[in-house]
Amino acid sequence: MSSLAVVPPGVVLIVGGLLLPFLEQRVRRLALLLLPLATLYLVWLVPDGAQLHARFLAYELTLLKGDALSRLFATVFALMAFAGGLFALNQERVAELAAAYCYAGSAIGVVFAGDLISVFIFWEAMAIGSTLVIWSAGPSARRAGLRYAAIHLLGGVLLMAGVAGEIAATGTLAFERMALDTLPRGLILAGFLINVGAPPLSAWLPDAYPESSWSGMVFLSAFTTKTAVYVLLRGFPGTELLIWIGLFMVFYGIVFAILENDMRRILAYSIVNQVGFMVTGIGIGTEMALNGATAHAFSHIIYKALLLMSAGSVLYMTGKRKCTDLGGLFRTMPLTAVCGIVGALSISSFPLTSGFVSKSMIAEAAGTLRLEAVWYLLAAASAGVFLHAGIKFPWFVFFQKDSGLRPAEPPWNMRTAMILFAALCVGFGVAPGALYALLPFPVDYVPYTASHVVFQLQLLLFSGLAFFLMLGWLKRTLTITLDVDWLYRRVGISLAQAFDRGVAVAWQGVTAAAERVTRDVVRAVHRHHGPDGALARPWPTGSMAFWATVMLAAYLVLSYL
Amino acid sequence: MQDHWLARDSTIRRLWIAFIAILAAVALVDLAIEHHPYFGLDGTFGFGAWFGSASCVVLIAIAKALGAVLKRPDSYYDE
Repeated sequence: MSSLAVVPPGVVLIVGGLLLPFLEQRVRRLALLLLPLATLYLVWLVPDGAQLHARFLAYELTLLKGDALSRLFATVFALMAFAGGLFALNQERVAELAAAYCYAGSAIGVVFAGDLISVFIFWEAMAIGSTLVIWSAGPSARRAGLRYAAIHLLGGVLLMAGVAGEIAATGTLAFERMALDTLPRGLILAGFLINVGAPPLSAWLPDAYPESSWSGMVFLSAFTTKTAVYVLLRGFPGTELLIWIGLFMVFYGIVFAILENDMRRILAYSIVNQVGFMVTGIGIGTEMALNGATAHAFSHIIYKALLLMSAGSVLYMTGKRKCTDLGGLFRTMPLTAVCGIVGALSISSFPLTSGFVSKSMIAEAAGTLRLEAVWYLLAAASAGVFLHAGIKFPWFVFFQKDSGLRPAEPPWNMRTAMILFAALCVGFGVAPGALYALLPFPVDYVPYTASHVVFQLQLLLFSGLAFFLMLGWLKRTLTITLDVDWLYRRVGISLAQAFDRGVAVAWQGVTAAAERVTRDVVRAVHRHHGPDGALARPWPTGSMAFWATVMLAAYLVLSYL
Repeated sequence: MQDHWLARDSTIRRLWIAFIAILAAVALVDLAIEHHPYFGLDGTFGFGAWFGSASCVVLIAIAKALGAVLKRPDSYYDE
C-alpha cells in the first residue's frame, strides 16, 4: 500500500488520457470508466504531508502533498471525470476525451502540488487540455478556443512572473498561505483570479465554454474555475479584497444570465455567479467561511455538471441551444427535465439538496462576523440565483411554449450519468454529514433549523413568484449582451485595423517622399552630367584655343610681376 | 389530439392555486417559529418573502436597463 501511495493520482488520468486514442472502441469505453475509479482509489491512498519529490534545475519540487483540502478537491475531480466519461461514452471525437482526461488529471495535479512551480506546471497543462477540449467541437469553436487560450496564457504569464518573483524574494518554493503584500504575490493572485472568472476578464468563460461540444462543457464546467478556487483557498484565505470581487461576480453572473438566450451560456454565467459565492467565502476567511467555500465547490461541481448534462442531452438530441428555439421538451424528455430540475434546485440551495447545506455556511459566516452588507447582498444573490438559473433554465428549455420538438431521451449512458449526479445532489442534501466529514476544518453547523429552512423557502418561492409575474420582462430575444470581450473582439480589432491603415498611409508617404527625393537627385545629376549637361557638353576647338591663349597670356603677365 | 396533461389550462390553473397556497403557508409559518436575526431587518415578518421578491424585481430592472445599452443581435460577432 505504501508503494502505491507514491503514484500521483493525476498522472493516471493524464497517461490514460493520452493512450485513449490508441485503444479499440470497446476497450476505450472500459478505460473511460476505470481510469477515474483507479484515480479515486489512489487519491484516497495519499497520506498527509509531502510524499514525492523531484529535482528540477536547482529546485526541489514537491509533486505530491496530501491533506484534507487536497483530498476533497481531488475526490470530486475524480468523481467528475467518472460521470463525465460515462456521459461522454458515445462522443465520437476521441481527441476531446483524451484532452478532457489530461485536463482532469492536471487539475488533480494542481490540488496535490506542494510547491509553486509544480502548481504552475499542472496549471499550464490544464490550459492546454481545456483549449483542446474546446477545439474538439470543430471549426465553429476555433476562434472562441483561441481567445480562451490567449486569456489563459496571459494568466499563466502573470502567474509565472509572480512565482519567479516570490522565489527570488523569499528563496522558498512552498505553496502556502500568503499575505497580499508584495508585487509578486499580487501577480500570483492576478493569475489565479483570471482562472476563477473574476472581473475584469470574466467574459472568457461565457465566451468559450458554450462553444464546446455537448459533452465538452460538462468537463469544462468543473475543473478550471474550481482549481482556481482551490489555490485561492490555499494561498489567499481571508484576503478582504476577495469578498468584493466575489460579490461582483455573483451579481455579474445573475444580471448577464437574465439577459441571455443561449441555454448553455445561461449556465456559463451562473458558473461565474456560483464561484463568486466561493470567492466571497474565501475573502471572509473564517473556518466556517472556508469550510463553506470548500463544501460549495464540491456540491457545485456536481450540480453544475448535472445541469450541463441536462443541457448537453437537449443539445445532443435536438442540435439546438437557444431558448427561443426550445420549449415544451418535458413531454418527451421527462427524465432529462427532472434531472435538470434537481440540478436547478440544488444550485438554488433548495432545502434537501446539496446547495442548501454548502452555500448557507458562507452566509452564516458573514452573519457571525456581523458583515451586514455582505450578508444582505448574499441573501439578495440567493434569490437571484433561483431567478436566473433555478427557474429560468428549466422553464425556457423544458416548459415555456411548445416548440414542436419531440426529441427522445438521450442514450442510456447519458441518462445514467444524470441519475447518478442527481442522486448525489439529493444525497448530500439529505445527509450532509458525509460532505462535512471531508472538510478541512471541524464542522459545527446545523443547516436544518426551522428558521433557516423557512427563510430559504420564502426567499426562493417568492423569487419564483417574481419570475412568473415578470415573465413579460424576461421574454427571450435573439440577442447577445456585450461584455468585456467586446474590447478584444471589436475595439481591439478596429484599433488594429486603424493602426494597420495608419501604418499603410505613413509608409506610402515615406516611400512617396523617398521616391521624390531620389528622383530630384537623379534629375539634378542628369542636368549637370547628362548628355545635355553643362559638364558633359563637348567644347568647340575655338573656345579651347581661346582659353589656352588666355591662360598663356595670364602666365606671361604673372611671370613679369 | 389532447396535449400533455401538464400543459392543459385546467392543470395550470390548479398549479397556480397550489403555488399561492404554498406561498401563503411559508409566509405565515414565520409567526410560529423562533428567529435568530443577525441584524435588524432580517427579523421582520416574512423577511425572506419580501426581501427575495424585492431583490428579484431590482435585479430584473437592472438587467433590463443594462440590456437596453448592451444588447445586440446574436449575429453581432459573426465574422
